Amino acid sequence: MTAKPAPAQFAKRFVTMDGALPWITTPVLLAVLILIWDSYVRYAGVSPLILPRPGAVWTAWLEMLRDPRAWHHTWMTVYATLSGFAYASVIGVVLGVLIARLRWLELTLNPFIVATQVIPKVALVPLFVLWFGFGVTSKVIVAAVLAFFPILTNTAMGVKSIDEGHRDVMVSLNATRWQVFRRLEFPSALPFIITGLEIGIVLAIIGAVVGEYLGGNAGLGHLLIARLNAFETDQMFAVLIHMSLLGFIFYFAIGALRKMLVPWHASAGPRV
Amino acid sequence: MQAAHTETQPAIAFQAVEKWYGTRDEPVHALAATDLAVADGEFLVLLGPSGCGKTTLLRMIGGLIAPTSGEIAIEGHSLWRNGQRQAEALSDLGMVFQEANLFPWLSIEQNIALPLELKGAPKADRAARAQALAKLVGIQGFEKRWPRELSGGMRQRAAIARALSYDPRILLMDEPFGALDAMTREAMNIELQRIWMETRKTIVLVTHSIAEAVFLADRILLLSPRPGRVDMEVQVPFARPRGPDLQSTPEFQAIVRQLRHRLNEIS
Repeated sequence: MTAKPAPAQFAKRFVTMDGALPWITTPVLLAVLILIWDSYVRYAGVSPLILPRPGAVWTAWLEMLRDPRAWHHTWMTVYATLSGFAYASVIGVVLGVLIARLRWLELTLNPFIVATQVIPKVALVPLFVLWFGFGVTSKVIVAAVLAFFPILTNTAMGVKSIDEGHRDVMVSLNATRWQVFRRLEFPSALPFIITGLEIGIVLAIIGAVVGEYLGGNAGLGHLLIARLNAFETDQMFAVLIHMSLLGFIFYFAIGALRKMLVPWHASAGPRV
Repeated sequence: MQAAHTETQPAIAFQAVEKWYGTRDEPVHALAATDLAVADGEFLVLLGPSGCGKTTLLRMIGGLIAPTSGEIAIEGHSLWRNGQRQAEALSDLGMVFQEANLFPWLSIEQNIALPLELKGAPKADRAARAQALAKLVGIQGFEKRWPRELSGGMRQRAAIARALSYDPRILLMDEPFGALDAMTREAMNIELQRIWMETRKTIVLVTHSIAEAVFLADRILLLSPRPGRVDMEVQVPFARPRGPDLQSTPEFQAIVRQLRHRLNEIS
């Protein structure tokens, strides 16, 4: 057998373009959008209380970065997001593996899992605040509840999609139960679990922020509402940017985790 | 059939092995009571139409399916005891499937060495063994690649190397080249013959290709369906190593014709 160098080189050229293209298009599109925004505000005479100009938002954000109180709020949101995400990950993965393995457990829990999914959980946030107080606990719980479901379902799907042929290999090798888990089931389900985590982390941020909207006096969600109520719209936008950056950082952290843990999987992107 | 302790102990022995599938209301007789002895070093091919129970038979040899009744012995060791597969019988068996079934998260080398890893062999030994096997099956230089970077034929070579890694005395192959294109398949048949002659393993191979069966086998068992059973036994007398030209000889064609004629009658 010989390798096929020609298609490999062809693929490599594509890969390079694939990697470079967003680095050009993203800044260009972003600049265009900001330009449209600025022109609109300037020429349509929109009040800065409704929509501030991009420059004002930028200044407000730089100011925010120098304010230690803003960092305290940031840290509260990060803490609520990551704690909630951690709980959701551990419970979601363990329960996901269990319901994929134990048919009776899946049948028993399924109605409740579906129920927790279809109930608009954000509507329950005031209830969580009532039960768990205005402190960070209620935010952690909201973040966890939102992040839990995609992690659970993706894990369960991952464990269920293990290739029967791969199982045959392990059976023919007389592998122990633990070896089957460690060498086959876990690595096989891992890309699915990471997809669950990717969705989960974004929902955890949403959960934490919505929790902060509705109660307490800490966190970026609280800060945003406070700025809004004070008609400091430019500063509100600055908080919004701050939150978005936080979301990007978390999302890309999971992406990096994917590249590190499942480099063999197509989802980890092209290998250059 | 041979008793387990005569001088010429067969590599594989079936005594009245029978398999039923399905429910009590709708039972399927997958394999009628079958006696079978495969000699040490023999290349046996199971040939037959789909549904004839050839894969069932092979998977029963491999311990992947338990027989409904009867006795299976591998190198004199009972394969099943009290419903448990016996490790000493399984250690003599290596399996190759229709799909290569390589684990995509392991490199080719790690895939080949997987059985050794499960058995707790030291890392250095595993690497050395994987290198040697990669050479034997003709994929040296690809040890560090991912499976998805290899062609179908090369993946199947890696799967054969994996099955050979712990040096089992018997190699079981379930339509190993069925998913390959015709040209690769022919090349793989010649390669398999070479590997077999170098390693002197006992091989049981399942196929539905008559030409493949005649080219590879010392002996062919033709199976017929409903219920699956051995219909005909054919000895293939050609000298080794057999080359691709053998296929155009009248002697080769005669055996192919004989098998095809019978296959048409039973399927």
